[in-house]
Amino acid sequence: MNFNKIYALGLRHLYLIMNSFPRVLDLIYWPTVQIFLWGFISKFFTLSSDYYSNTVGIILTAAILYDFLFRASISFNMMFLEEIWSRNFTNLFIAPIKIREIIASLTLTAILRTLIGLVPAVLISIPLFGVSILKLGFPLIFLLISLYLFGISLGLFVTSGLLRFGPSFENIAWASLFFLAPLGCIYYPIEILPHILQIFAKGLPLVHIFEEMRNMLINEQVNYYNIYKSILISLVYFVLGVIVFYASYYGAKKRGTLINMGE
Amino acid sequence: MLIEVNNLTKIYNNYVAVNKVNFKIEKNKTIGLLGPNGCGKTTSIGMLLGLITPTEGKILINNKNLNDYKRDDILSQLNFASPYVELPKKLTVKQNLQIYGRLYGVKNLDKCINEVSCDLDIKKFFERKTGELSSGQKNRVALAKSLINKPKILLLDEPTASLDPDIGDFIRSYLQEYKSKNEVTILLASHNMNEVERLCDSIIMMKSGKIVDRGTCEQLTKKHGRNNLEETFLKLVRGSDEFQ
Repeated sequence: MNFNKIYALGLRHLYLIMNSFPRVLDLIYWPTVQIFLWGFISKFFTLSSDYYSNTVGIILTAAILYDFLFRASISFNMMFLEEIWSRNFTNLFIAPIKIREIIASLTLTAILRTLIGLVPAVLISIPLFGVSILKLGFPLIFLLISLYLFGISLGLFVTSGLLRFGPSFENIAWASLFFLAPLGCIYYPIEILPHILQIFAKGLPLVHIFEEMRNMLINEQVNYYNIYKSILISLVYFVLGVIVFYASYYGAKKRGTLINMGE
Repeated sequence: MLIEVNNLTKIYNNYVAVNKVNFKIEKNKTIGLLGPNGCGKTTSIGMLLGLITPTEGKILINNKNLNDYKRDDILSQLNFASPYVELPKKLTVKQNLQIYGRLYGVKNLDKCINEVSCDLDIKKFFERKTGELSSGQKNRVALAKSLINKPKILLLDEPTASLDPDIGDFIRSYLQEYKSKNEVTILLASHNMNEVERLCDSIIMMKSGKIVDRGTCEQLTKKHGRNNLEETFLKLVRGSDEFQ
């Protein structure tokens, strides 16, 4: 791995953000709207239900964590799509940069894009709704790692699709997370799902992450076994994502689609 | 010998894009790749750049098989410019050159950017976004990017397409001057016959994925009894496959 090259590719996306104020605004806008929306919805639930003693805190924390996953995955996809939209694909793939360096750069730069969007939203939720995800304490780091790994894995699957099917796969990039969200049990316990779907849901790290988040906030206990399990599952998806990405890259070289990939 | 292409073939499903192509390019020579649209020029360049996997055949660079190289080892010696491939539009010219300089591991990058920018007269729009430039300015920036690593092999796909005669002449003159000062082997795909006559030491003519003739400009025009390269090109392209 050449870190100068990883940095160079990261710099390309950093310049892109820095050169455009509307881009920064766009990154911040959607997570903030999400926080407002779910904050008010959960406030309404608090008035109408006594299921949780801390409805606002639980729903809003879930919304923030889900948005972290969403932003991580979308950031990865967006950076890859930027190369297609700008017709820079050929220049990138003839540069002496290894495929693993491209993946590493996109993975690391996605953190920056994710944080630009999420930090303001997290800060807003503290004074506005009295909710801070930092209340989850030290285990929050592990939950974020697991979410990030899974988000990047989904990004890898989608970008592999872009390599395989071209820009027409773009719509799937946007839809990918909405497809998995119902099985992720983000806002409700897994028992709500029909039995057959529970089996599929357990194969996703999201269930373990969000079940554990609720456990931590409701029972004020931490079950590290669930957290580690979620990281392990995310890691499996990540490795699978990397393999699929490599396979798609070599497939694209065989089909000759790398040379004329564009809008 | 710098580049040797043996039996290079690319088949997409049942369509033969490049058919058993063989050629050799000596060091520091400029070779023109001519042929009608869809004759396999871009596919051949794509295979030389490692963007397309050949169905058959091999590409040797300095007697080493392209497939045996580590991807970044070979690519650091090559570069490519084409008006059909763009640099990120929302980045300034300077930012694009900085990024590609870093990707190519260029030492003394600022000095190198300064040199190539002065030579190609692009400094005056250094801070402008690349997408806001005119075609001529974009072409010069693309050329600057392709020379940032001082490549040993430069692949150019219609570098002066859609340029006015003045800018086109500027680029051709610059390429001649650059080649006189640097050790570089150039493979130039072009539809501009004057450009090919002016820049190339010899020419490879392609049609329907095959090489139909090769030689210097003078040899080809004489051999086909024509007055210039354009007439020779038309004869080869419009004629039956008499030369295959």
